[in-house]
Order: sequence, then structure tokens, then C-alpha cells
Amino acid sequence: MSITVLYFAAIRERLGQDRRELELPASATIAEVWTQSTGEPWNGQALAAINQEYAKAGDRVADGDEVAFFPPVTGG
Amino acid sequence: MSVHLQESALDPWEWVQRHQAEHTAIQGKFGATSVFVGTMRDFNQGQQVEAMTLEHYPAMTQKQLETICDEARQQWGVLELLVVHRYGAIKPNDPIVLVAVWSGHREQAFKACRYVIDALKTRAPFWKQEQTSDGRHWVEQEG
Repeated sequence: MSITVLYFAAIRERLGQDRRELELPASATIAEVWTQSTGEPWNGQALAAINQEYAKAGDRVADGDEVAFFPPVTGG
Repeated sequence: MSVHLQESALDPWEWVQRHQAEHTAIQGKFGATSVFVGTMRDFNQGQQVEAMTLEHYPAMTQKQLETICDEARQQWGVLELLVVHRYGAIKPNDPIVLVAVWSGHREQAFKACRYVIDALKTRAPFWKQEQTSDGRHWVEQEG
């Protein structure tokens, strides 16, 4: 399956990229998307979203999903 | 109910006035309007802040803020809500966020307004990067 991965703020800067398209085995989890897309082990270092809704490490992604990783939010 | 994200300067009082005038259906029905305005300080954690950049995740920010407003409306039965938030380059003394709530009585308006700004701070995907004399750094989430 094919998904889009977005990175924001300090995570975007550290990784040196803001988005990438990724090919993955069907029903990969958020933690697997992180590891596959960054080459780093998942240790809960980011908040995650699937299609603009908050997601947990074990949540599964589907073909065409937009996955995002970002640090704790600081708006307002 | 409106959620609006903008890069340009934000005049909260003009927004409140215009929103209220345009929503003719609530006129005569609301007895209370509660307004919160968040403004950029020129200091943070003892350091002088010269400027700030607010990064966001546009589609998710819009969605999360609409969900938060829905929750507030359902919980307190308020008549109307307005949220306006800046992004991009921001200077000290600039308003960053406006939350306005119209309801029949003050209790609902105060509570819903407080709920929306508190939920925004923990759920809406915005990230502040401050420019100080030491350079740029990402702001840590408040405890």
C-alpha cells in the first residue's frame, strides 16, 4: 500500500524533510510507519495522526492514508 | 460556528463585532458573550523574545478546532462560537488567538470559552518557534 507521511516542527527540522510518499505492507502500524520512514526505532518520541485525527502507536494505517508525526503542540 | 486560520494580523474586537452582527438568528437570544484573546508576550521563561513563527498542520488544525467547538456546544448548549487563530510570523503584542462564545447565560459562556482555549492548547497542532538573542528555539509545551 502507498501512504503519505508528514513531519512537523522540531521533528521536521531534525529529519530534514517535511513529507514523503511511502510503500508499506498492508495494515502497518503507526510505529512501523515511523521506523520505515525515518530508519529510527519507535519509542514514543512523537505524537501521531492518521487522516488528521490523533492516533496511537498500534493503530493501523490503510492505503492512501495521510500519516503525520509531530511534537507536543504549543498553540494558543 | 466558525473556525478561521489566518496569516495576516488579527483584530479580535472587529471579529467579535462582525460575527455577532452577521449571526442575526442569535440576536435577542444571547444574554452573555465570553471572549478570550491570547496575545504574544515579549518575554518567555526569563528571556526577551524578538519574534515568533507559528507552524501548523492546516487540515488537522481546522478539523480539531471544529471538533472542540462541537464538544463545547453539545456540553453547554451555547448558541454560537467563533475561533480565529494566527499562523506564520508573529510579533510581540500581536493577538494570536480569539475564542468567543455566545450563550443565554454567563455560566455556559464562561465554561465553554475556557474549555475551548484549554482544549486548543493541548490538541490543535500548532508549534511556536521563538527568536531570542540566543537564536531560534521551539517552545516546550506548558505543564
